Order: sequence, then structure tokens, then C-alpha cells
Amino acid sequence: MTQTMAVAKALNESLRKALENDPKVLIMGEDVGKLGGVFRITDGLHKDFGEGRVIDTPLAESGIVGTAIGLALRGYRPVVEIQFDGFVFPAYDQIVTQLAKMHARALGKIKLPVVIRIPYGGGIGAVEHHSESPEALFAHIPGLKVVSPSNASDAYWMLQQAIECDDPVIFFEPKRRYWDKGEVDVSALPGDLHRAVVAQQGTDITLAAYGPMVKVCLEAAAAAANEGRSLEVVDLRSLSPIDFDTIQASVERTGRLVVVHEAPVFYGAGAEIAARITERCFYHLEAPVLRVGGFHAPYPPARLEEEYLPGLDRVLDAVDRALAF
Amino acid sequence: MSVKSTAAGASPAKGRGRTSPRGHAAKPRTGDPGLVQLLTPEGERVEHPDYAIDLTPEELRGLYRDMVLTRRFDAEAITLQRQGELGLWASLLGQEAAQIGSGRATRPDDYVFPTYREHGVAWTRDVDPLNLLGMFRGVNHGGWDPNENNFQLYTIVIGSQTLHATGYAMGVAKDGADAAVIAYFGDGASSQGDVAESFTFAAVYNAPVVFFCQNNQWAISEPTEKQSRVPIYQRAAGYGFPGVRVDGNDVLAVLAVTRAALEHARSGQGPMLVEAFTYRMGAHTTTDDPTRYRRDEEREEWASKDPIARLKTYLEREGFADEAFYAGIDAESDALAKRVREGVRNMPNPGTMAIFDNVYADGSALVDEERAQFADYLASFEDAAAGSSAGTGH
Ligand SMILES: Cc1ncc(C[n+]2csc(CCOP(=O)(O)OP(=O)(O)O)c2C)c(N)n1
Repeated sequence: MTQTMAVAKALNESLRKALENDPKVLIMGEDVGKLGGVFRITDGLHKDFGEGRVIDTPLAESGIVGTAIGLALRGYRPVVEIQFDGFVFPAYDQIVTQLAKMHARALGKIKLPVVIRIPYGGGIGAVEHHSESPEALFAHIPGLKVVSPSNASDAYWMLQQAIECDDPVIFFEPKRRYWDKGEVDVSALPGDLHRAVVAQQGTDITLAAYGPMVKVCLEAAAAAANEGRSLEVVDLRSLSPIDFDTIQASVERTGRLVVVHEAPVFYGAGAEIAARITERCFYHLEAPVLRVGGFHAPYPPARLEEEYLPGLDRVLDAVDRALAF
Repeated sequence: MSVKSTAAGASPAKGRGRTSPRGHAAKPRTGDPGLVQLLTPEGERVEHPDYAIDLTPEELRGLYRDMVLTRRFDAEAITLQRQGELGLWASLLGQEAAQIGSGRATRPDDYVFPTYREHGVAWTRDVDPLNLLGMFRGVNHGGWDPNENNFQLYTIVIGSQTLHATGYAMGVAKDGADAAVIAYFGDGASSQGDVAESFTFAAVYNAPVVFFCQNNQWAISEPTEKQSRVPIYQRAAGYGFPGVRVDGNDVLAVLAVTRAALEHARSGQGPMLVEAFTYRMGAHTTTDDPTRYRRDEEREEWASKDPIARLKTYLEREGFADEAFYAGIDAESDALAKRVREGVRNMPNPGTMAIFDNVYADGSALVDEERAQFADYLASFEDAAAGSSAGTGH
């Protein structure tokens, strides 16, 4: 049963399904009730499931995540909404020092099935703290799983899989893709939550991306095709763990890799991928692994974000450089 | 142990002789002062036993002028947002008295820590209104030197600034200065851990800081009841400093109460919490849709408590202002609106390389390297364009 829907709608439907399927699932966050969240991802859920399941919380992120941990210890499966990327940090302490470690500390005897949804990334012309890409800060923490869908179908399926997962999952939603429509087969069997997929096949070079940058890479591949170049695009989908096998297989075919993300390049996901793929594919690589991403500077004011964010040209420039080796 | 004896055991009845670093014992006020009001919604002057104020007609006209100009500035900003000149605007409509009254209570050497909605307070601190718009236009993240008017940058992360204010106040006390600090925040913010921690620090160190909560009844879609089950001003008691609730739509009461609170802080008696009971008349920001969570009647109810109309009634009743005065303010409003409109439209976009500016005070090799690489990258387009135009030039 395939339906066309926007990413935001797919997330909404996914939450609805999770609430229906499991009475232990709870939605928590600021403005998730009557308002339906500032991006309307929880629209209509408060009306249909009541304020016992869809909970407007006080304006306190540490409180939201900390109490979600307690609810999870009691057998619930809280799905927490953080309103914007830059507002997760009051909760960062709870996420890093408590949520990530408790399973191990309890010798595996307890589970922490908490999902933390974070709309992230730029491109919507917002004020500061509304456009950041802090995913590496979470992927760096053992005990957390970190994923990011790039399209409606993954939004629909990955969110339900994250909620079913017994580990804490940081679920990064590419906010500037919320309004992008795509096909969702609501009756399909979902793939592995942590498996990367080849979104576009090609032979000359591999582009690895996730979340908001997958679309940019697909556009780059289309543009490059006009110039007779064949780019393969791998959508990572998961940042912790990362499916290095799929990237490796692609790089073994193409011999070149460019990693693309919005987050600053310095100490970012690209660094990890470059290092691992260099270890795994040293003799297949025709060029060093290149990275395209944000600068070592605060996310700029809205009027500069077009220049700051990696676009088609910066991706193609990196492709040129990789092919020039 | 019975409940009773637990309660008795926990009672701090025996004075612990706590003295402040500035030599004064903190003396919490007890009891519920209710809602301090000096001007009723009908514009009638009333007295309050603890908070007297005696203003000259000229001072009263000044407060009126401040409120009208602030409202006009705010309205102009909303219009500019609608016209696409601003990316976002957080309107203060309805909160003029809370902001002008408290702002006018500060002295130049006091220091203000605002959120993102304190346009009226900024006005009282002589911050150029155009400075406030850069952030909302998306050309900068702040746009003024906080030390020029002792008015800190706007803070978007809810509650953070209350800790900065407290620390600043601790510094003021260490320096032996007699200035005070005022920290603004919303009723929603009162739930943040940072705000609770700032109360703790301020109390423990007897810091000269006034916590000024504008309870405008809503935190986006969530009413105050989703943040607190007791009136916000009463929370101060739990930390050991006084709290007071003032009619936030009564500019006289806000001025009187904030003056007293700042004086309390300046004179070494430590922090104080002021809850200005007011109302956000508009949407949370220009992207918000209050019809999803708020009844129209509620807004109408509050409209009858409008802070500007109330002062105007009083001015007229007392014969403190004539037609020429109002005409003068109208002209000033129009001029301000025009200046703001033109100023915003002519506000230049930052240069691309501004991305790399001021990342560090001491510079950074990494930033320099990325800046140079990006400059080369951008130059490659110009070279290509020059090359192709040279190629096509006959
Ligand atoms: C830490 C943090 N969480 C969430 C937000 C998003 N947010 C911006 S304003 C706001 C509501 C604030 O309400 P309140 O403190 O009452 O102040 P008001 O805007 O009503 O003046 C929220 C949730 C934020 N800016 N910072």
C-alpha cells in the first residue's frame, strides 16, 4: 500500500502507528499537545490519544529526558521531542551521563528504550540555535544509537524501528526536508535500521551522506551525469553504528569517496568515515577520502547560510578534486 | 517520626545568623503581597502600603511616550516581517508596561540580561532599535556591544541568562560596587534548571540581582499551569529571598516595585524575584499560530487591561497631557517607524567571509586555513566566469 506523503506527515503517521501498536509508547515534549509541535509532527495525536499519552511538558529539557529515563525504567517507551537542535544541550548531561550508560552499568539487566527526536540542520532561515548539526556529539557517546532518515519512507519506518529498539536512539530529523514528499509503502517490510543503502548507483566516485545532504548529493549526481560522470550515492541512514560494509563495497567499485554533511568537518562524522574506509580500502582508493561540510565557525546568521551550507557546487568541486588525483 | 515533628525539625525558626558577603543579613519578606497595583485598569490611581510612587506629570508623560513608541516599533517590526524584511519577530505587544516600568527603574550603571523579547527594556537603555533587528533579519547573532549600555545580547536558549546575571551580580558585589543586575525571563523559563540554579546561587551568595519574570501567561502553546502549581513569585520563598507579584500592565506599579527590588539588591539585601503578571497579546513569534491553543475571549479580556490605554485615561483625568502632546508623540512614532523601515531595508548583508570572523579572540590556525580554502574556492568561480567571458568576448 503505497502512499505519497511529506516527511513530516510520514513521521506523524509513524508516531500514530507506534501509539496504536503499543500502549507503553508515550510522546513527551514542549508544545507537542494541542499545538502538535512547532513543526506539527505530533499534530492530532493529543486529540486522539489524550494527554496521558501525548504529554506537554514543562519547559525543561533536562527534566524531559531525565523523567523519560525514569518512565523507561518503569516499562514505558517514551518518545521525546526536543524542539530544535540547539536546545538539546540542557538535556545533554542526562543523555550522556545517564541514558547512554545505565544499561551497561546494570550489567544489561535494564533497558532504556527512549527515543529522542531532534529536528536538526539548517536551510530554513532561522535565528541562532535553530540550525545546528550536533550529531557527532551523540555518535561519539558509547551506548547511544544515532540515526537520520533522508526521505519519507525512511522517516516512516525508521522512527517506528527506533521506538521498538531497546536502546536509546537519538533520532535526527532533517528539518528542511520536512516538506519534501515521497512514496511510503506502509505495508512493506522495513529494512535494517542501521543498514546504509545505495540511493543512486554509479561507477566513478562514491558520495556518502545522510539526512539533509542526501538530496544534495542526488542532485549532484544528476548534474554530474550531464557531464558524463557517474556518481554513486550512499545514504548512511545510521551514524551509530555506521554500516561501513556498504560504504566499503561501494568504494571498492568506484575507488573514490567524498563524505558530505552539514556539520563542521573538524572532528565530524566524515573524519570517522575517512579513517575507517582508508583502513579498509587503502589499496582500492585512487584518491584520499575528501570531506565536504561545515566550517569551524558558529552556524552563521540566516543571510549567510546559503554560502555556509554545502550545496551542489561544493560537492561537485570535491568530486573534481577527487577525480584529479 | 511524625509529620508534625518533621515539619518542626525542618523549620528554620532558629536564626542561623546568615550574613551576606556585603555585611547585611538577608531578610525574606513573608506573606502574600497579592498583586501590587497603583493604577487600575480603569486608569484610577490607588495606593499600596509597601510601594509608593510619586511622579511628576512630565515623568508620567515620559512613561507614556516610551510605551507608545515601543509599541509602534514592535508593530513596524511585525509589518517588516510580513513583508519579508525580517525572518522572524517576537512581539512584545501587551508587555509594554512590564518592560518600560522595569527598564526605567534601572540606573545606567545597573546591568540588564534580557531574553529575546525585551525591546521595550532595550529602549529604556538607549539601545538603538535598529540594533535589535539584525538578529531577526538574519544578518548577525547579536549586533551590539553589551557594555555600551549595560544591556546584554538577547538570549534565545531559555533561562541561560539568569545564571549569567547572577554571576555578574556576584562580581558586582565582589567589586564593592553599588549597582544592581536585572535578569528577564518568562514564565515558561521558570521551569528550566538554569533558573532554579540561578536562584540557588543568588541566594547563597546574596547576589545583588533582581529576577524579573514576565508572566505573559503562555510559553508558546503551554499555559503557566504547565510550568508551575504555585504562583511564580512564591517560589522565591523556597530559596530564601523575597518574591512579589506586580500588575504587569500597570507601568507605575512595575516601576515602583522594580525600583524597590533594585534598591533591595543594591543595599546588600540580596536577590529578589518580581513576577510581572501580564499578557502576550500577539502570537509567540510571527511563526506561531495561537488560534490552535488560545481562546479569542481571553485576549479580549486582557485587551481591557491594556497598559497604554490605562495610563492615557489617567493622564487625561488629571489633565496632565494636552492635544499637542499626543500630536507630538504621533509625529515621533511616524518618524521612528520610518527610520526603522528604511534602516532595515538598507541593512547590508554581511560579507561571506564574515562566517570566519570572531570565532576566537586569539585567532586559530584552523579557522585561517578554512577561510583561505574557502576564499580560493569562491575565487575559482570568478576565474571561471572571467575565463568564459574572455572566451566569448569578440
Ligand atoms: C532551552 C530552550 N528550549 C526550547 C526553546 C524554544 N522556545 C523558544 S521560546 C519558548 C517559550 C518560552 O516561554 P516563556 O519562557 O514563557 O517566555 P515568552 O516567550 O512567553 O516571553 C520555547 C519553548 C528555547 N528557545 N530554548
